[in-house]
Amino acid sequence: MVISINGAQTDLPADARVSLLDLLREHLHLFGTKKGCNQGACGACTVLVDGGERILSCMALAVQYEGRAITTIEGLASNGEMHPLQRAFIEHDGFQCGYCTPGQICSAVGMADELRRCVPSHVTADLSTETIALTHDELRERMSGNLCRCGAYNGIVGAIAEAHAETRAEEVA
Amino acid sequence: MTPFTYARAHDAAEAVRLGGEHAAKYLGGGTNLVDLLRETIEHPLSLIDVTGLSNAIEERKDGSLLIGAATRNTALASHRAVRVRYPMLSRALVAGASAQIRNMATVGGNILQRTRCTYFYDVDGSRCNKRNPGQGCDAIDGFNRIHAILGASSACVASHPSDMCVALTALGATVHLRSARGERTLPMTDVHRLPEGHPEIETLLEPGELITAVELPPLPMAARSTYRKVRDRASYAFALVSVAAAIEIEGDTVKDVRLALGGVAHKPWRAWKAEAALKGRPATPESFRAAAEAELADAAPLRDNAFKVELAKRTIVAVLAELMEMDA
Repeated sequence: MVISINGAQTDLPADARVSLLDLLREHLHLFGTKKGCNQGACGACTVLVDGGERILSCMALAVQYEGRAITTIEGLASNGEMHPLQRAFIEHDGFQCGYCTPGQICSAVGMADELRRCVPSHVTADLSTETIALTHDELRERMSGNLCRCGAYNGIVGAIAEAHAETRAEEVA
Repeated sequence: MTPFTYARAHDAAEAVRLGGEHAAKYLGGGTNLVDLLRETIEHPLSLIDVTGLSNAIEERKDGSLLIGAATRNTALASHRAVRVRYPMLSRALVAGASAQIRNMATVGGNILQRTRCTYFYDVDGSRCNKRNPGQGCDAIDGFNRIHAILGASSACVASHPSDMCVALTALGATVHLRSARGERTLPMTDVHRLPEGHPEIETLLEPGELITAVELPPLPMAARSTYRKVRDRASYAFALVSVAAAIEIEGDTVKDVRLALGGVAHKPWRAWKAEAALKGRPATPESFRAAAEAELADAAPLRDNAFKVELAKRTIVAVLAELMEMDA
């Protein structure tokens, strides 16, 4: 029974009670993914499955993800280059203490994937739409599963909006 | 967590064979069950992972929609047929939880999630008849802002937390079940039960029975439907009151109407009385208010949630008025 973490195959724990979060932190010593509430209320443990789907690793049993590919904050940079969202978070001061940041960034990556697939949100006015623009309201609603106790939301929203606009511009070009 | 074994079911037959064993429990996305395991409220000997079973959404010739129980909440909310033909269901789904949780949570698991009553979760400090039958209920005289105002009992005042189920209840969905004894269906309105003297028994599912699918009936009027959720913050919170509604108008008269409430009872609450009071009546704010009054006539609020009675009435009226504005 194996699972892929940031491209590396690793054995799953024999004990089925081990959460995906504890596998990452306690077994693999990947401390980027954070344990905030450990009950699905804060989003600090957000990771990506199979390239883009954001989930909460605290509410996932590791064995459930056998054969799947997990990406954590440690796996977002490529060839020594930071992910555009990581760069944007630095530029916009999208944090104070930084504890929620890995979850925020992984969540924003997953959110972009959902927008590409036209997944509606609570504030999407027209459900029949074929495209959804990342307005201020859409961004805030779609990121509402990630809490920041420092209240660095202005920087977080600014960073995500800019990185998203840059990526969209590149996709169109 | 107490120790358990884990097995992944490859088909429904294997699932119900494994799920019929002593103290087995089906596992969907885990967004509620993993929490309950951690709190030792649930302590199964084995978990049967059913997320590999059908997640197909089938548009059938008769106009119905058959949704595999392993369908994730995000996938269901995003499906074109649901968005266009049953918008209240898309709206209810995206009003629930967070995007991460909706990516994990399954339709079957959403139906079987348990109350978020804080006394139910407080294993060490609170009495709860749902957790320990006969122990007593600390919510009845406690902090009960989020609790039930309809259909509660002296044993339990917990409310059902699902948004999706409120829409399924209004739409008249049917739940497909399977066990070692065979297959059967239950109307969504009969899946959950009121607490009465046994709040620990939450559904009419039999031990080992598995939800395999949810069926939405053909319902053209549901194209003009919506879901409104009133909560303590604008996002990522459970409902204080929610309303799922669809309406069909002929001339100035209500030809047909579907109404269900969330956040007010131990089960998703089909507003049968309000529906009966509205059918054939003029489609006016006065009729809407009278129907809402009829539905809430038996409300029995607790110390902290009397506001829900008026809130539920006003939300019913507001949602019906909103539907009147919508293009049919």
